[in-house]
Amino acid sequence: MQLIDKSVIAGKRSGRLALNNSMKWAFFLCTTVGLVVLVTLIVDTLMDAVGYLDWDFLTSFSSARVESAGFYGAVIGSLWLMVVTVPAAIFLSVATALYLEEYAPKNRLTDFIKINVSNLAGVPSVVFGLLGLAIFVRAMAMGNSVLAAGLTLALMILPVIVVSSQEAIRSVPSSVREASIGMGATKWQTVSRIILPAAIPGIITGIILAISRAIGETAPLVVIGVPTTLLVTPDGVLDSFQAMPMQIYAWIKMPQEEFQYLAAAGIIVLLAILLLMNSVAIFIRYKFSQRY
Amino acid sequence: MSNYNIQEMIQKNKSNKGAFVEKSIPVILFLITSVSVLATIGILYTLISQSLEFFSRESFTTFITSADWNPYGAEPEFGIWALIMGTLKVVVIATVFAVPVGLGAAIYLSEYATERLRKVIKPVLEVLAGIPTVVYGFFAINFVTPVLQSIWSEISLYNAVSAGLVVGIMIIPMIASLSEDALSAVPNSMREGSLGMGATRLETTFKIVLSAAVSGIIASIVLAVSRAIGETMIVSIAAGSTPNASLDITSSLQTMTGFIVQITSGDAAYGSSLYFSLFAVGMTLFVITFAMNIISQWITKRYREEY
Repeated sequence: MQLIDKSVIAGKRSGRLALNNSMKWAFFLCTTVGLVVLVTLIVDTLMDAVGYLDWDFLTSFSSARVESAGFYGAVIGSLWLMVVTVPAAIFLSVATALYLEEYAPKNRLTDFIKINVSNLAGVPSVVFGLLGLAIFVRAMAMGNSVLAAGLTLALMILPVIVVSSQEAIRSVPSSVREASIGMGATKWQTVSRIILPAAIPGIITGIILAISRAIGETAPLVVIGVPTTLLVTPDGVLDSFQAMPMQIYAWIKMPQEEFQYLAAAGIIVLLAILLLMNSVAIFIRYKFSQRY
Repeated sequence: MSNYNIQEMIQKNKSNKGAFVEKSIPVILFLITSVSVLATIGILYTLISQSLEFFSRESFTTFITSADWNPYGAEPEFGIWALIMGTLKVVVIATVFAVPVGLGAAIYLSEYATERLRKVIKPVLEVLAGIPTVVYGFFAINFVTPVLQSIWSEISLYNAVSAGLVVGIMIIPMIASLSEDALSAVPNSMREGSLGMGATRLETTFKIVLSAAVSGIIASIVLAVSRAIGETMIVSIAAGSTPNASLDITSSLQTMTGFIVQITSGDAAYGSSLYFSLFAVGMTLFVITFAMNIISQWITKRYREEY
């Protein structure tokens, strides 16, 4: 007498196993969507950019004529923008992260600040643009200067750096902290000489990723009214300027088809810069991250 | 020197300067921290005060009930629903596309993929998440729209489908990586229990892992939808600039963010109703995304399963 009929079990199992197998491939397909899009995007843009991306493109100012239009003003303008954004954002966010992780008492005010930071991270960038327009450009009368746009972007990336810095500081084990305090160091000595150096690779990684987001951000710049037809580079932070994403947007919006190729060339330059920054961030993460 | 005993030496070395630094550092750091609160206050103040100015000129009831948005003529009409419908069309298409794909990718990465494959895929997702939205906009209008037009002839140059699909692509990495975190947090013992009872990997994933991680997954989707609502450049490039409340997804439309960009890139005379309408639209956008972020945080907190 056979209690278990193997063929029945195999029959019942085969459908389930087949479903399992086919869904596995479906999931795999979903995973490759990102890769496919990335490759398509880069190849498509590169094909458009070929012939337009040359030394002249990098060294001439924007122009209404396609042949002589270039990216120089935009590249220099974006660099100027970062001169304001980067120090402001680092100063504000690392200090905020240090306070929240090391000094803040456990009370309602601290909870409120933490909730506030995470909500700030969810505010659309175009709303930060409106903030910049009303406060920096109008109320403080900075105009569409490097300073106004730089501070707006600094506020926009602040929550990103705060959160990643907090994680980096939190990952420093308390034993290191206790050892320092136990040797008689004061709180600030411990924070500035032990914890901050130990957390710095993580903090820098977060900063670089945030900066690469700021460089490519367009919406706040449009709202602030960053010009696209300047023929000079700024001399100081109170001058108006051009920016790479803004220039790309202006070219995309042009009706003539040739400007699309210029936009593609601009995108390749922008993506190359971002890729470089991301590689540096990944390198720092692998090279300097300490395991405790 | 030798006159001091150790205790006195320590006392002597504890300079007043050190004590002052120790006392002042927390205060300074707190002051810097308050800038982030000031930023929120600044956003709220800007949006509220300028919106109030707008509503002192235009009717508030018309704004929140009407679907006619025609801000330019001699008798401008400000009915926000035309813009909200535009945003909704794009966001629904983006969500319908991105949620299955993002979730599928998360499941593959967390449940099926080998460690080596994960190490390749994850950076790709990170790069995809780091691409500026203006680049996605270019991709939408120069690649996706022509491809769509070649298979679907009714579609016009500016449309909701192309913009929606590309916004979907933009939020896929977010859904994939946040959902993957949620799935990975489900303890292996639960998977092993299910597999040990004879369930296939797929059955384990759907009946055990997904239901255990459901709060994290929903939170990630809500967050991604909120991001899609606030997305600006893709829609201003690929979706067009004709506000309408129709359900037609093949023709030009305008989103809330698209309107803000269109007005600010042209000349909105300072002090005009058009200028203040920017802030009323911005306020609406802020309230919607803020509510979604709060919901996402609430879900994470309320339904978090601790193992």
